Amino acid sequence: MNGAAPPAVADTFPRLLLEHARVRGAQTSAREKDLGIWQSWTWSEAAANVRALACGLAAMGFKRGDHLAIIGDNRPQLYWAIGAAQVLGGVAVPLYQDAIALEMAYILDDADVRFAVVEDQEQVDKLLEIRGQLSKLVHIVFEDPRGMRHYSQTFLHAYADVQQAGRDFDAAHPEFFSREVNQGSSSDIAIMLYTSGTTGKPKGVCHTHAALIAAARGGCDFDRLGPGDEVLSYLPMAWVGDNLFSYAQALVAGFTINCPESGDTVMTDMREIGPTYYFAPPRVFENLLTQVMIRMEDASRLKRALFHSFLGVARRCGAEILDRKPGVSPLDRLLYTLGNVLVFGPLRNVLGMSRIRVAYTAGAAIGPDLFRFYRSIGVNLKQLYGSTETCAYVCLQPDRHIKLDTVGPPAPGVEVRIAEDGEVLVRSRALLKEYYRRPDSTAEVFDAQGYFRTGDAGLFDTDGHLKIIDRAKDVGKLSSGAVFAPNYIENKLKFFPYVKEAVAFGHGRDMVCAFINIDLGAVGNWAERRNLAYSGYTDLAGKPQVYDLIAGCVEKVNAELAADPMVAGSQVRRFLILHKELDPDDDELTRTRKVRRGFIADKYGRLVDALYEGKSVQHIDTQVKFEDGRSGMIEADVSIRDAATYPPAALRKSALR
Amino acid sequence: MSTAPPQRHIGDVLLKLDGISLAFGGVKALDDVSFEVRSHEIRAIIGPNGAGKSSLLNVINGVYHPSQGAVTYKGTTYRQMRPHEAARRGIARTFQNIALFKGMTVLDNIMTGRTLKMHAGFLFQCLYFGKARSEELAHRRKVEHIIDFLQIEHIRKTPVGRLAYGLQKRVELARALAAEPELLLLDEPMAGMNLEEKEDMCRFILDANDEFGTTIVLIEHDMGVVMDLSDRVVVLDYGRKIGDGSPDEVRRNQAVIDAYLGVRH
Repeated sequence: MNGAAPPAVADTFPRLLLEHARVRGAQTSAREKDLGIWQSWTWSEAAANVRALACGLAAMGFKRGDHLAIIGDNRPQLYWAIGAAQVLGGVAVPLYQDAIALEMAYILDDADVRFAVVEDQEQVDKLLEIRGQLSKLVHIVFEDPRGMRHYSQTFLHAYADVQQAGRDFDAAHPEFFSREVNQGSSSDIAIMLYTSGTTGKPKGVCHTHAALIAAARGGCDFDRLGPGDEVLSYLPMAWVGDNLFSYAQALVAGFTINCPESGDTVMTDMREIGPTYYFAPPRVFENLLTQVMIRMEDASRLKRALFHSFLGVARRCGAEILDRKPGVSPLDRLLYTLGNVLVFGPLRNVLGMSRIRVAYTAGAAIGPDLFRFYRSIGVNLKQLYGSTETCAYVCLQPDRHIKLDTVGPPAPGVEVRIAEDGEVLVRSRALLKEYYRRPDSTAEVFDAQGYFRTGDAGLFDTDGHLKIIDRAKDVGKLSSGAVFAPNYIENKLKFFPYVKEAVAFGHGRDMVCAFINIDLGAVGNWAERRNLAYSGYTDLAGKPQVYDLIAGCVEKVNAELAADPMVAGSQVRRFLILHKELDPDDDELTRTRKVRRGFIADKYGRLVDALYEGKSVQHIDTQVKFEDGRSGMIEADVSIRDAATYPPAALRKSALR
Repeated sequence: MSTAPPQRHIGDVLLKLDGISLAFGGVKALDDVSFEVRSHEIRAIIGPNGAGKSSLLNVINGVYHPSQGAVTYKGTTYRQMRPHEAARRGIARTFQNIALFKGMTVLDNIMTGRTLKMHAGFLFQCLYFGKARSEELAHRRKVEHIIDFLQIEHIRKTPVGRLAYGLQKRVELARALAAEPELLLLDEPMAGMNLEEKEDMCRFILDANDEFGTTIVLIEHDMGVVMDLSDRVVVLDYGRKIGDGSPDEVRRNQAVIDAYLGVRH
């Protein structure tokens, strides 16, 4: 940060904001594309806007400790609303903007929200719909006045009007604003984020200024982020990551946030801005790559040939060159430089990634091929690990020390420990203060030494990088006592394009066995190229050649598992290819396509038994539901294969992907 | 919604058709049709295929010249209105089969809707100089407001030919709105759309009517849409007017039921 960091007294967000307004008042703090043009606000303007809004809210009766809900797409005005709440000693509670009214009602009520700042008519309508249930909600401020002309309710206020009232209030009480900022303390709650509530009701996670600033400062120092950086703010404001990247880090490092025009324009807006710092979940990176590949199919023959041959070069040495590793031949270096001019550079430009210094992904397992692709074309994509409760700040992959299957070593200032049962425990200054009004839950997640229980199972590899293997509650034990992490194995299998779903069994057993669902598209294509005729899924799944193909995948996974002493015992000894596709309609998958392992184990009990009894074929009848509600039977003789396994000692010789 | 419905100010008669008849050779497309449209109102024209609905719109904006009768628009009575005159006097329309420039971007297509409002000389426009420049900026601003209004930011620079049908319809509406019309004629704005697209379109039509105060005459086959949107409905059958009134009145009109709506079996 080249000494540009604000002095240590700036220990709350309002103070950080004022500090930036003082030091770099004329530099750009935020941009938003409106009416097709990027509008920008300097740090002084941002501070003036926050000041006006804060005073306006105070004039409406906002008191210290009040809670302010924020609902809408990423807009500078909504980020200022977070700031305004914090100036007044209040707490910002951002909500997911696409939630339905009923879901919002629970959180608004649970969080004791008295004020709400929302984006537009759509959100106002939602709040009006549930207003009867929300006795505590007193005022609603809307940012975009479009369509609001006919709303006559007195508790609705236009953002601009509130700011104008605030300026008048400020003129009448000139000392008010500074007094409020001075009253703030870094141990005050700054923000409350709700957990997704996949297990039980959503809980409000309370973070102090100190925790968020610690997480933000740690991340900024780690990646040397400073006032010149640009970030695209397009992920939901209610998500901890956006809070960290677009609010906390922006205020700590003083970089610029850029709000896209709408959710549909993110790609074009990204190209126009060319962010230097970027975050996206794996799914976004995957979609981008798919789009590129589809468009390349339509390119001319020459372009296609260039693209694929240089991509081959990148695959061979791109990631190594990015990591500045030795051992890349001069010829490859030359070819890569040429490829950079002809292919990678233009490709990065199309993706809006020309200027990226640091890109992060997290939230789900990212496929190694996908991850390598971006790194090999020169995008410094890294993984991080964190959660709402840890301010998304636990592990970060350092530049040039990237390992595909780990999330990196613990970030500066974070202590990570692995509990007896494999659960990852975290202690740092960036932990939650508490769950709002849930002392019981708060007590549950902290252990005696103040470590936070993440609920994830993980392990450290020999270089001290953390590897997350599964949710702790899903992790079982083999009868030998070795750790069995089904998700970890299934994900590894699913990274192969031929494998659509996988279900691993092994808890309480002496070995690991798996069901495989092949990907009809990918395997069908593979079969066609080999002139292998098939009539449908069941037929294709039973072909010996397909078994050979899948056995190859399973054995590669086994080789990888063997490399790690912790999971070497979980190599897949036997597998079968299911005769039908797992389907949410048959309750085998959840609607979000997660396998329901217990249900499948019951339903296909005979197949599971056959796997463990050592049979080589098993007959089974299965009832299936069709989309029109009728049901039918599928019967098949499912063959079972043994897969080669590797002794843990052989790890150095086995070819790792 | 718990909000009070907007109070709309239906004004005076904006457009009046008096005994309009139109024949193509021996075929009588329109036979003595009279009705009026008040300003700020949404007026629907319904009827079976070949009833003369599109012909009627074409008479209103001067593409067809009626053999009998007269059109009175904003107090002036015309035997025949010419299309460019109609456009200049604030009548804009969309077409049943989309009539956009397929190779041009959405933005450029909408800009063509502003043509009549451009006053700089041809040469200045070519050179993008002087008045032409400031004018173009002002027009672009207006067009961007419409893009924002219809939520088509993401396709601003996409050639129209590459867009899905529902979006093309929306672009056509955008171009019509760019002319800032007083009277907007929509010929089957929702044909071929799925439910969600229809709902969006309804919202845009209502918003345009509400926010810009545009008077709207629309032809539509989806009865749900017609009954929800319109203030008054005209029903045509074989070129004759067989019904006229509020949606409820029309729904109960026996002649309309026989000719068009049918009975629930």
